[in-house]
Amino acid sequence: MKIVVLVKHVPDAQFDRHITGPGNTTDRDESILSELDEYALEAALQLAEERGGAKAGNEVIALSMGPSGAVNAVKKSLQIGAYSGVHLSDDALAGSDAAATSLALAATIRHLSADRRPVDLVLTGMASTDGETSLIPAQLAERLSLPQLTFASTLEVNGGTVVARRDAGSHSETVEAQLPALVSVTDQINEPRYPNFKGILAAKKKKIASLSLADIGVDPSEVGQSGSWTVVESAAARPPRTAGTIITDEGDAGIKLVDFLAAQKLL
Amino acid sequence: MANALVFIDNPGAALKKSSLELLTLARKLGETAVAFNGELTEHVAATLGAYGVATIYQPSVADLDDYLVAPKAAYLAAAVVASGVTAVLIENSPEGKEIAGRLGIKLNAGVITDVVGLEADGTAHKSVLAGSYNTTAKATTPVAVFSVKANIVEPEPAGAATAPATAKVEVPADAAANAARISSRTEKPASGRPDLSEARIVVAGGRGVDGDFGPLEELADALGAAVGASRAATDAGWIGHDAQVGQTGVTVSPQLYISAGISGAIQQKAGMQTSKVIVAINKDAESPVFEIADFGIIGDLFKVVPQATAEIKKRKG
Repeated sequence: MKIVVLVKHVPDAQFDRHITGPGNTTDRDESILSELDEYALEAALQLAEERGGAKAGNEVIALSMGPSGAVNAVKKSLQIGAYSGVHLSDDALAGSDAAATSLALAATIRHLSADRRPVDLVLTGMASTDGETSLIPAQLAERLSLPQLTFASTLEVNGGTVVARRDAGSHSETVEAQLPALVSVTDQINEPRYPNFKGILAAKKKKIASLSLADIGVDPSEVGQSGSWTVVESAAARPPRTAGTIITDEGDAGIKLVDFLAAQKLL
Repeated sequence: MANALVFIDNPGAALKKSSLELLTLARKLGETAVAFNGELTEHVAATLGAYGVATIYQPSVADLDDYLVAPKAAYLAAAVVASGVTAVLIENSPEGKEIAGRLGIKLNAGVITDVVGLEADGTAHKSVLAGSYNTTAKATTPVAVFSVKANIVEPEPAGAATAPATAKVEVPADAAANAARISSRTEKPASGRPDLSEARIVVAGGRGVDGDFGPLEELADALGAAVGASRAATDAGWIGHDAQVGQTGVTVSPQLYISAGISGAIQQKAGMQTSKVIVAINKDAESPVFEIADFGIIGDLFKVVPQATAEIKKRKG
């Protein structure tokens, strides 16, 4: 199987995050591999290992789009176990919205399909932990005319059929499609592995292909702010919430809570 | 000609509050049409009329529900063309956002998700980076697609009711060609409580409930609230994963959020800090949740919560 896993370099959610610059984009200092992408990578590695791994001709390619720092998300993925990496980087990509991003990613996956053999499966996390629009899996699937199986909490590939279970609020369902397909996975699907010393050493020998827009045949005007269909006009930091009244229970805190709710007209 | 199209998917016997909110919001943008999927009952049609809907579109095929999102997006794209609208409003559920995403590509239309406010000129308000920024965004394309969060407007019928016309929309023959098929579906047992993402009040528990959600469920029922949980509680198997509030679960923005036995790590805060009023109950005075609570109680939830439940029942008679 040839599997591409989308990995994103995102600001660490443990710290304060900021929106800066004329395009109101997210400040990418202090960035890490998006936590939710590790589940997709683990799912890809398990599928490949079940089939005999790299020796049997399986491929797990970590793909990241973003400025120079984004290569770190690819490197981390290689340390965890991805077989090879692709970094799509071009100045013209800055400020791309989901539509422009999905266009560039779709072109990259077509490019990766053309080189030797087609991509069977595109795997993504359920959302990035920065933009959180959750649009990329659906928009990429639409652009590549692929079936999408999103929010998978289990994933199996039997022959040419991919089967996933998903939770959809009031019900859970089993969904299936023929390969090639795009699957996004939740954090319920597996327990991602950590990079070990051997993995970190091995990663140094793995290949990272650097691609530009010219390599994937995309005109700069189709991406970035000029290729985006939405624009963020303004961004304002929300004043941080401040602590209100804190009391220590002296046997009547439940009553005081109800008094508070009544005063707030919440009963 | 209608200016806004609201997607209403399988409402059953009555429209959900979130659909009424979309219809209320859509009137701001101009004349409203509805792209409907499922059985259109007389009662639902009358409600759509009360909300000023001019036209109700229905799909030419009945199997949209057998597949994940792609055919619904194809139907909606055809409905946009048929109605000539410039704005599409969809609920902000995971499925709604995906339909919006695919629709955007089909129509070359900008998509704005997680909308918490919408102006007549199409300017959308959002809260991003876990509620730490408020942004305004706009589509630069002739058609714009918005997925809109619940509870941002009060549903309000139109000044004058309409008698909506109905029209069929031809769904493209290849709409399901590249779609994933739903092969089986299991309904979960209904709790009788409101849906977590739309609830006006949420009572959530974490590690501190130590396996026993009983007291929180009783408080939730006294308040008419939904029950939520931190990831620690769902990972421990004390409550279903669909109750998880936070970055990898459900993001909620209720009038009141009561957090009991949850320390308030950043991922949990990310899922609830846009709540109007936050109440926190925790034994540990150092819990980060107290930094954002409007009313905090340092104490044992197994004492405080039942006492509050009893007091609420007493006052409500």
